[in-house]
Formats: sequence, structure tokens, C-alpha cells
Amino acid sequence: MSSAPWEVVIGMEVHVQPTTRSKMFCGCAVGRLGDPPNSNVCEICLGMPGTLPVINKAAVEACLKTALALGCEIPRHTKFDRKNYMYPDLPKGYQISQYDLPMSKNGSLELDGRRVRIRRVHLEEDTGKLIHAGDKLHKAQESFVDLNRAGTPLMEIVSEPDLRSADEARDYAVALRTLLRTIGASEAEMEKGQLRAEPNISIRRTGSEELGVKTELKNINSFRALHRAILYEVVRQTELLESGGTVLQETRGWSEAEGRTFSQRSKEFAEDYRYFPEPDLPPLEIDRAWVEELGAALPELPGARRGRLTSEYSLPAADAVLIAADRDLADLFEAAVAAGADAKQVANWIIGEVAPAGKIPTAEHLADLVKLVTSGSITRDQGREVLMESVESGRSPSDIVTEHGYAQVSDEASLLAVVEAVMEANPRAVEDYRAGKKQALGALMADLKKRAPQANPKVSSELLLRLLG
Amino acid sequence: MSKTKLTELTIKEAARLLRLRSFSAAELVTAHAEQIERLDHRVKAFLRFTPELWEKQAEEADRRIARGDLGPLVGIPMAVKDVLCVRGVETTAGSRILSGFRPPYTGTAISRLFAAGAVMLGVTNCDEFAMGSSTENSGYHPTHNPWDLDRVPGGSSGGSAAAVAAGEAMIALGTDTGGSIRQPAALCGVVGMKPTYGRVSRYGLIAFASSLDQIGPFTRSVEDTAIVLDAMAGHDPLDATSSTRPNDVLRDFDAGVKGMRLGVPREYYDVEGIEPAVKAAIDTAIKSLRDAGAEIVDVTLPHTDYGLAAYYIIAPAECSSNLARFDGVRYGFCQDGQNITESYERTRRKGFGTEVRRRVMLGTYALSSGYYDAYYLKAQKVRTLIKRDFDAAFERCDAIISATSPTVAFPIGAKTKNPLSMYLCDVLTLGGNLAGLPGISVPCGMTDEVLPVGLQVLAPQWREDVALRVARAYEVASGVKAEVAPLV
Amino acid sequence: MLARIGLEPGDVEFYAEQLSGILAHIDRLKELDTDAIPPTAQVVEVANTLREDVPRPGLSQAEALANAPAAVDGFFRVPSIQDEA
Repeated sequence: MSSAPWEVVIGMEVHVQPTTRSKMFCGCAVGRLGDPPNSNVCEICLGMPGTLPVINKAAVEACLKTALALGCEIPRHTKFDRKNYMYPDLPKGYQISQYDLPMSKNGSLELDGRRVRIRRVHLEEDTGKLIHAGDKLHKAQESFVDLNRAGTPLMEIVSEPDLRSADEARDYAVALRTLLRTIGASEAEMEKGQLRAEPNISIRRTGSEELGVKTELKNINSFRALHRAILYEVVRQTELLESGGTVLQETRGWSEAEGRTFSQRSKEFAEDYRYFPEPDLPPLEIDRAWVEELGAALPELPGARRGRLTSEYSLPAADAVLIAADRDLADLFEAAVAAGADAKQVANWIIGEVAPAGKIPTAEHLADLVKLVTSGSITRDQGREVLMESVESGRSPSDIVTEHGYAQVSDEASLLAVVEAVMEANPRAVEDYRAGKKQALGALMADLKKRAPQANPKVSSELLLRLLG
Repeated sequence: MSKTKLTELTIKEAARLLRLRSFSAAELVTAHAEQIERLDHRVKAFLRFTPELWEKQAEEADRRIARGDLGPLVGIPMAVKDVLCVRGVETTAGSRILSGFRPPYTGTAISRLFAAGAVMLGVTNCDEFAMGSSTENSGYHPTHNPWDLDRVPGGSSGGSAAAVAAGEAMIALGTDTGGSIRQPAALCGVVGMKPTYGRVSRYGLIAFASSLDQIGPFTRSVEDTAIVLDAMAGHDPLDATSSTRPNDVLRDFDAGVKGMRLGVPREYYDVEGIEPAVKAAIDTAIKSLRDAGAEIVDVTLPHTDYGLAAYYIIAPAECSSNLARFDGVRYGFCQDGQNITESYERTRRKGFGTEVRRRVMLGTYALSSGYYDAYYLKAQKVRTLIKRDFDAAFERCDAIISATSPTVAFPIGAKTKNPLSMYLCDVLTLGGNLAGLPGISVPCGMTDEVLPVGLQVLAPQWREDVALRVARAYEVASGVKAEVAPLV
Repeated sequence: MLARIGLEPGDVEFYAEQLSGILAHIDRLKELDTDAIPPTAQVVEVANTLREDVPRPGLSQAEALANAPAAVDGFFRVPSIQDEA
């Protein structure tokens, strides 16, 4: 038996809900969490007899945009197929999905310089939801079906097993999310169920070309859970194999509460889905002109943007990653710099203040603010207040500063009086400093700040130091 | 005008007399209700009736007529096959598994007919989920042929055909997947038409085989058929397989067959099992058409022999999927179990009849992994060959004529022991479904035992106008008209 | 049994005999060489039927549940769904 170290092999299946107003095959509005059960349905998504599906154009568009952003090939012909199995959350007894002629294939996603290959991106419809009496599925006496979600569009993004760690898998999911949000294809919030990640995990001896037996994990509701679940599963599989056991090919559910995975359905006895072309939906011929139009309209993708932020603006990589992750922030950054503000300062303000606050100023206002602070007219603290007020009121920082009289005092003559007053009021601190305790300066500066908030800290501290001798 | 006469009118005649106020729409529907009361306990064409609907609709029809509405279907009594959803009306597809089901919506084709003023009498019997050629597979009871009550009316739309043949309705809607309108029309001596696949919306039609099903009318004249088809047909945004082509079904309706080439496929003419009386009636019909000026040409449909096999893979395969939704969870009959799987199995075992279960099994098998290529895919390829046969034939003729059914109506129970013998009833009609062609069956005479024979006219895709034109010309030239059966 | 139609003892023989007769007939298709023939999945000429992304009103909860054999508090009720432990 080889004693080469174990290598983790992960492929990701991510289901994403594209942003549409109505469902995939019927005109029901896409539901919201908290809707009463079975209140957002129609005869079509309830699978009533005599009903027929009609494809939602916006869902197709979102899928094509996603495929283009992932560099996929988009075939001339694509079609839908029926995936047949009976389950209470599947009203028709089959799911309309795509089998052998999906909407796109053979793309990739860049991850820290590596390329993760994308096998395919296709469209399908979501199932309803099941609620089980009692806590655990396998103990429930009965279950309850809510079909509000049934028929919601889903894009399925399948990667090749190119990921090699829990970190990579999580980064992949995060990068995918960023991409989807950048192109406007989906909000992709895991907590809202708009992005579901299902890792397929196997392990093998490093150097082996063959793939080990894989398990598929479900019920993962956050990026953190994704990471934890993968780590757990890798350990589980490793221990199993090292003790002479075998890994079963199966679906395992992640329990956040218990911190472990447990067996759900054995994929070995997987249903035969009896795929056949959906007779109620004629095939789609994807018009080349439409595809080109969609591609041309795509905004700059995060990877390219990151690159440009570092090269054109000399931003450190860490800053570029953070800013490029949000299209609105990245647009703000570039526009503020174009309006004359210093790039690194703008980046600091965006990362430190704008992003956490969640309220976005206009580019002109941000540039204005940054200039006010860098020139020393106002202090950084004042800048924060001004920023908030600017965003709330919509007035420019310059106007606000003038109104409030916030302009920083930087001329020595005016500051002299204050500095002298501070020294007089804090004889102890003055003595301590002169005796060698340099940290006493802090107390003096604090007092000065209280007395004169507009005092330019740099100028006043230099003055103070000079007087202290 | 005596009540009996009211139930023997064609739509065209009734519409004219309604305009003339010879009688009201209310009187017209009452005459039909009385006919039903007199006869249906013997014919059993209907499963249930809709008196609240017909009263309301007849009242509205009379208001429209009073306002001068000239629509040809205003006030015309209509029966609807049990596979067509009408809001609030119990619709069961002839099956116990849907008993009590009241759809919350009305299908498009029927909505259009209601909007045109048709008055709904009730729901007609059919083979369960439209699977059958005799209506003996109904989960409720068989229907009896009005021309001989010991015989079948054909199927699967046997109830609709019988209702029109018995004078119980002026229009009846049916559906045709392998011949289920044309064959019962032939066996009951009425006119029945299957449109081109995609001509009439399937929204509201409880699906059997999605790529083959079409809704169509039964009436007692070719002109009536054209009127109903014209009102029903046309693009529906709720049916992605419905065509945007304009309706031109009435084009050249009375132009006659002079100069037209009518093809007689030898494989249909000499089909195995064709009864001598049927063959004789067809020969007479061909002569009529020749005398009316048509050129009769020999054509060949070489893959005819394989049509049945292809059909009996494709239809069951699609139906096995379409019927997966009947699980007792959201509607219909439910037989509970200890767990969901047991519930599914008990519900479906009890709720589905033998033929349905047979076809679901067959279909599941044909689609299953390892068999898909040999069965389903193969059948779809043979379907291409059959379509090409028709394309080639239509280069040599404008329309194809043949018997609709190899036999006249057979006794109830005669074919139920051997499913394959029942399937053979459709050999002359299912080609039209596989190729998506429009087809019509018109009465072309009676046998010595006074059993009806039907003449089938098949036209190229989208050429309903050709099929109707030929059928109309035949009707005029031969003088053979659909009669109401003389049941007392 | 994938079709979930609940076969009971005795059923198998009954159906097997009839189905084998039908299957024997269906096997005729093997006589045809269809390697070069494309399948017809749809006879319609239509393609690209897409729906504009505009919501339309659906059913109320009451209408949705009106036909349900067992409805509880707005849900469809089903018996235990045993996934293997």
C-alpha cells in the first residue's frame, strides 16, 4: 500500500437562482421567503393535468451571460429534457432540466492565478420544499409540502474536479458569487438560498491519476459551512481508507449543529432518470447576434478588474481584491480617482469607511472628501462625520465643512494659544514628558483635541513638541 | 319545428334558424337535454352533465343573438371529452385516479369555443387517459355504439362520437393521439377531424403522448367541422408547441376535387385485417371522387408496417412520464400507506386501470437506461422514416385517401383479451399522428348490417384546408351524409 | 419498480405475457437500418418559443389546495419519506 500523502480532489456543483421576476416555466412571480405556503403557485407549477411549460426569456439571458462570463462555448442548438423520478417536492413527477445539449460548456474561472475548468452551465427548474414533522428526516412520521419554490429558475454550474482543498473550494464559491453579482445574473446570497454549493469530494494518493470514490455533500448554507463540511468529510474519508475501509459513493447531508456529515441517499442505487427530450418545449436555436450583444454588454469581469486596479492604479493586491469584488465600489473608486483624488487614499476610504457603512457616496463627493482630508483642511475623524452626512443629505463635503466651520486650523499662530493652554493645564504630563516618559504626549494631545477639535493634529503636535523642548 | 328535428340539425342549419328566431338557444339546449334523457342510459356516452353551465351559457347566447351577434357557434350545444379541463367541472380523464378533480382553470381551445358562444352539455366518456380504441378501458363504464348498442363506438373518444351520432350533441370535442377521433368517427358514422400537430393549443388537454396529442371536433357535416376548427385553432402563448401560422382552414372549401390528385397508398388499401365490407365502401368512395373529377394515383408508404411498433414505443414512453404526476398528493384519489413509496404504489395500483398500467410499464422500460437507444431513440428514427414516406407521397398527390379503420364497430368485449388486436385498430390512423398531419374521417356508407364505414383523408402538414376540401367534395358528390342513429 | 405502479404477486405473470407479445411486435424495428437517420423528437417547425419575464396572477392558497386529498395548515400532507439512514 502506497504511503504517499493523500490528495483531496473536489468538484463543485453550484445551483444559482438567476434574477428574474417570474418562474422558469410559468408566470408566477418568484417567491419571497416568508410567503405563506402554497400561496405563490399556479396550475402549471403545481403540475396539474393539462398544463404546459413555456421558457422564461430572462432566465435564458441570465444563463447565457453567466456562460459568457465564464468563457464557455455556447452551442447553436440547446434543448430541455425530462429527468424522471417521483418525489413529493417534484409536482410533475419529472424535473425539466438539460441533459445532453446544455446551454453552455467548457469554460473556466480564474482563481488566484489558477484556472478551474467549468464543465457546463445549464438551466432547470427548482423543486418545492418539504418540512418534516419532528426534527430529523429519517424519523418523520409525515411531511408537509410547500410548492412556492417549485418552478423557480436555477442555473447549474458544474466544475471539473480541479479544486484541491477546502480553501480553494470556498474561494471558488466566493469568486463565483462575485462574478454573478458583477454581471447582474444573480444576487447569489447563500443565506437566501440563491446560491447552493454541493461539493463532490474524494481523496487519492498524490501522484495517482485515478479518482477515488466521491461523496456529494448537501445542505450547506454558508461559505463557512462549506469550508467546515469539506474539512470534516476529508478527515472522515481519510480515516475510513486508512483503517482499511472503503468510501461509499453517496449523498451526505451536512449538519451544522452536529458538525458532521451523515448519509442521505446511496448514489449507488441511484434512480435511473430515464432522460428524454422534453416534448412540450421545442429546441432553442441560440442566435449568434443575440449572444454577441449579451457578451458586448457584459461589464468588466472581476478578474480583469483586479488586474487593472493593481497595474493602472498601483493598488496593493489585497486592496484590489476587496474593491474589485463589488462592482459598485470598483466603479466608485475609478470615478473618484478620475475626479482628482489620490488612488491609495480613495482605496483606504472605500475599504475602511464606505464598504462597512454600506452607503455609497457619489464619486465627486468622495473625491472632494479625500482631497479635504489629504490637504489637511479637516481631520480624519471629521472626515468620517462629513462622509456620513454627505451620503444622508446628498450635499457635497465642501459645503458641509463650510457650514459647520469644520475647516481644520493649521496655522501656528492660532494654535500657539491652545498649545500653551494645554501645557498650563497639564503640568504633570509636561513634567513626565520632559523626564523621559514620551507616552505622556498622548495625554497632552488628547486634551488639545478636546479643546480644539479643528486643530490640525500634525501641526499642533509639532508645535507642542517644540515647546516641550 | 319538432324537438327531434332540433337534434338532427347541423351547426350551420341551427345557426341560421337561431338567427331567424325559429327557436331560442335555451330551447335548442333543452331539446338536447331531453334527447340525452331519453337515450343516454342506453348509449352511456356521457359521464356527467353540466346543467348550471348550459343554462347560463344558453341565456347568454340568447342575449347575444338578440343583439344581432352573427357568430356561427352562438348557442350551439357541445359535449366535451373527459380529458379537457373546464374550470370547476369534474374532469377525470376516464380514470378513477382523478375522481373528484375540479380544475381551477379552463383550457384554451374550450375557452375559445365558450367565447364563441358554444353551450356545454357535459363530459363524455373515453378510454382511460385516452388509451384505447373502444372506450372499454374507461374506468367507469363502456359506451355503446348508437348504431348497434352491443358494439363499441370506437375509442378513445368513443363517448364524444356516440353523443353526436345519437343526436345528443351538435358538437363534441375529442382528442386524437393514434386515431382516437378519426376511428370512433368512422365507427359511429360521424365526421371527426384531427388537426395538424400544433394547430390547436394543447393547454388544458390532460396529456397522454405530448408529441402526438391533438384536440379536434366531432360533428355531422364537414362544414360544421371547419367552423369549429376555425374557432378553436391558432397560436396560444401558453403552449410552446402551438404554431403562429394563420388559420386558413376554410380556404377553397367548396372548390371541389376537379384536377386534384388523390393518392391511394397500397399498404393502407391492402392492410392486414381489412374487412371486405369496408374495402367495398372505400372502392365506392374512390369511384365517387373519380367521377367528381379527381385523378386517383397509386402511392406507397413503405414503412407502414413499422408504424405500429414505433407508435407503441413513443406513446407509452411519453405517457409513462406524463402520468408520473398522479401520486395522490395534490389532487385526485389517494390510497394512503405507511410511507410515501407505499402510498404512491397503492394509489396508482388502485387508481389506474389495466391498460394504463400496461402502457406505463412499457413506456418506463422503453426509456430505461440500457434500452433507450434500442427502443425510444430507434422509434424516433423510424418516425423520421414514416414522415419522409408521407413527404414523398405528397409529391405525387395532394391528399391521401383510405379507410379510416380496417373494421366496422366490433362487439363489446371482442378484443379486450388481446391488447395487440386492439392496437391494430389504429394502423391506418397512427401514421398521421407520427407525421403530425391533419386528417379527417367522413362517413362513406353503411354495410349490410347497417354499420358505418369511414373514409379518411390525410393532407400535408398545415393543409387542413385541403383535407376539408376533399372531404367536402366527397360529401357533395356522394350524397352520403352523417345521420343521427335511429334509436327510439 | 421505477414506474411506481404497485405490482402485486400474480400481476407479473399477467403483464409479462401480454407485454412480451407487444415487445415481440416492437422488435420488428430492428429490421430497419436507421444509423444515418436523425430522430424526430418534435414534428413542429416552431423553435425558440420564449416567454417575456412578466408575472401573471396565479392561484390563491385555497384554490391550490382545493383538490388535495390531505391538506394541513396550508401544506400538502404526505406520509413519511424514508431516506435510508
